[in-house]
Amino acid sequence: MPLIDRNGTIAEQWTREPGATAGHLIVPLEALAETLATRRNDQRIGVSLANTAVVSDLADVLGRVALIAIAFPAYNDGRGFTLAKRLRRAGFTGRLRATGPLIADQFAYALSCGFDEIELPEALAARQPVAHWLKAAQSFSAVYQRGYEGKSSILDQRRTAAASQHD
Amino acid sequence: MYRYDEFDARFVRERVAQFRDQVARRLDGSITEDEFKPLRLKNGLYLQLHAYMLRIAIPYGTLSSRQMRQLALIGDRFDKGYGHFTTRQNLQFNWPKLKDVPEILDLLADVEMHAIQTSGNCIRNVTADHFAGVAADELEDPRPVAELIRQWSTAHPEFSYLPRKFKVAVSGAAEDRAVILAHDIGIRIVRHEQTGEIGYRIIVGGGMGRTPMIGKVVRAFLPKADLLAYLEAIMRVYNAEGRRDNKYKARVKILVHETGAEEFTRRVEEEFAALDGPSINADPAELARIAAYFAAPDYADLEPFSAPLDRQKKANPEFAAFVESNSFAHRQPGYTALTVSLKPIGGIPGDATGDQMRALADIAEQWSFSELRVTHQQNIVLPNIRLDDLFDVWKALRTADLATANVGLITDIIACPGLDYCALATARSIPIAQSISNRFADPVRQKLIGELGIKISGCINACGHHHMGHIGILGLEKSGQESYQITLGGDATDKAAIGERLGPGLGADEVPDAIETIVGVYLGNREASEPFINTYRRIGIAPFRAAFAKVEETSDAAH
Repeated sequence: MPLIDRNGTIAEQWTREPGATAGHLIVPLEALAETLATRRNDQRIGVSLANTAVVSDLADVLGRVALIAIAFPAYNDGRGFTLAKRLRRAGFTGRLRATGPLIADQFAYALSCGFDEIELPEALAARQPVAHWLKAAQSFSAVYQRGYEGKSSILDQRRTAAASQHD
Repeated sequence: MYRYDEFDARFVRERVAQFRDQVARRLDGSITEDEFKPLRLKNGLYLQLHAYMLRIAIPYGTLSSRQMRQLALIGDRFDKGYGHFTTRQNLQFNWPKLKDVPEILDLLADVEMHAIQTSGNCIRNVTADHFAGVAADELEDPRPVAELIRQWSTAHPEFSYLPRKFKVAVSGAAEDRAVILAHDIGIRIVRHEQTGEIGYRIIVGGGMGRTPMIGKVVRAFLPKADLLAYLEAIMRVYNAEGRRDNKYKARVKILVHETGAEEFTRRVEEEFAALDGPSINADPAELARIAAYFAAPDYADLEPFSAPLDRQKKANPEFAAFVESNSFAHRQPGYTALTVSLKPIGGIPGDATGDQMRALADIAEQWSFSELRVTHQQNIVLPNIRLDDLFDVWKALRTADLATANVGLITDIIACPGLDYCALATARSIPIAQSISNRFADPVRQKLIGELGIKISGCINACGHHHMGHIGILGLEKSGQESYQITLGGDATDKAAIGERLGPGLGADEVPDAIETIVGVYLGNREASEPFINTYRRIGIAPFRAAFAKVEETSDAAH
């Protein structure tokens, strides 16, 4: 399925087919322990999570997977944003993927909450071409929040501006 | 008043450009109507019964003469020459065309206004005490922190797709005039009992709608500097755990209720403890920067008593009645905060014509430091009127048909737009308000009855705050007929209470008689000059029910 990151379309290097001979493997949480034990040497493992997953239950998973895919059952279900934020806070530094029918106008939010990439259903990606996503991600040149990824915070810019006035 | 800096101005322009682009993508089919819906709602655009409705944010109800004039211009050019002030201190235009909306948003941005997050499942426009900064009973002006929260909640990356809408209100006074106990988050500015430090009391899980709840205190005292991190913790717990299986159980009040206030508080505190506060919170200098915009205007040094006012009142009883019902104690000697009623007898609560808005803008410019407030009672406040100027202000208001002397009285009725406009409504609200207003038009009788708040909602969503009216009226639909349910004893102040149901539903034409009956029981039982709500608390609902049942019987016999 189509995959985009902050720079545009990217090639899929992951598969959800356990029997696949090439590519890195994403498995559900239940299958993770066994998959890690039996993987090929060069194979990286990712885990897919429902947006109701509890971060404290995943403590020993975070350091062992290279990718976490969080499911968005619908664009208007914002739980995935909070889960991403909590995973980053818990120290997860691998690839974070949002999977599901998000819309272009959520791209900036997803990146801010710590996602790296979005995996879209085919039909939706056909309707909302990648150019729309890249443009939507640039809608705002700065944001009002602090502590989120990417965009510069207006509060910090104000502080910098005030400090330089005092110099 | 707050003024945009370069960052605010650019943000709002970028939001207009984004919306223009969203409309274009909707029109070319790249986003579906279903996908477009939350995008337009987050910009205040509803599809109503007859047309689109655009809800414009008036943050914490404060606006300038210049902004009021621009609203009048938009009403004249894109609506039918009027606007409707709402119970959330906003303004609604009921007849804009979709193609005109980006242009309207540009006109708003010209005067530092917008329609951001006046709808949708996000943090809504922040409301506050409409007497903020001028009330004699105020500990601290709530508007700087309300503005800080407005900015922080704007286009929040994590909290823009919440289970349901989310409303925040702030009060800094002894008396709660912002209904903070009936909001998703209510913030009260308090002084720490031991240290004397000023901070915030945080209340979560109040609300109206079909399950009215009084909010619970989750933090009795929060240091000012920790506010944004604490709000982030509350929102994160709600975003992760709030119900999404049933839209009627999705508000945070249900989460607090089902989890239990203690356990909910524990989860919020746990999340708060895990946060890196300094990376989230605003620098105290930022709050100070905002607060500087709300510094008191350049008041004249006056005596607390005005001899000319006294003479004018004696010579003109109508003016005296107006001053008595519409003015409010000001912290500055020689000034008053004057409420302009948008409830003329038989009128539509909260409506103002373009000409009236311009008149208000002019009056504020001449006599009130160019500042106005919108109240959640759907009236307008001129916050800084000199007592010596009151007579001139009254004459100017009278010329604009804005001198109704009924603030807080039985005809100062709150009503949602109801079935005349709203797609959610199950019954009409406006005609009910009009018929009650006409019935109690006599100013002498109104004054005799005294303080009595009637609040009308045209559906269970309770935009008219009926649960918290001394007399609440809820319009429902019963087998194809409008049916009105009456509640008594609601209270929107710090003694917050949810009204109790009086009896079975009534037809629209029976409502004024029912109100007569209720007023009759009150007048028959009141002691001295006791207001309605006190009598109700003392005697309970039983005498009202008994009288109501008697009326029911007579009416049944007549049919």
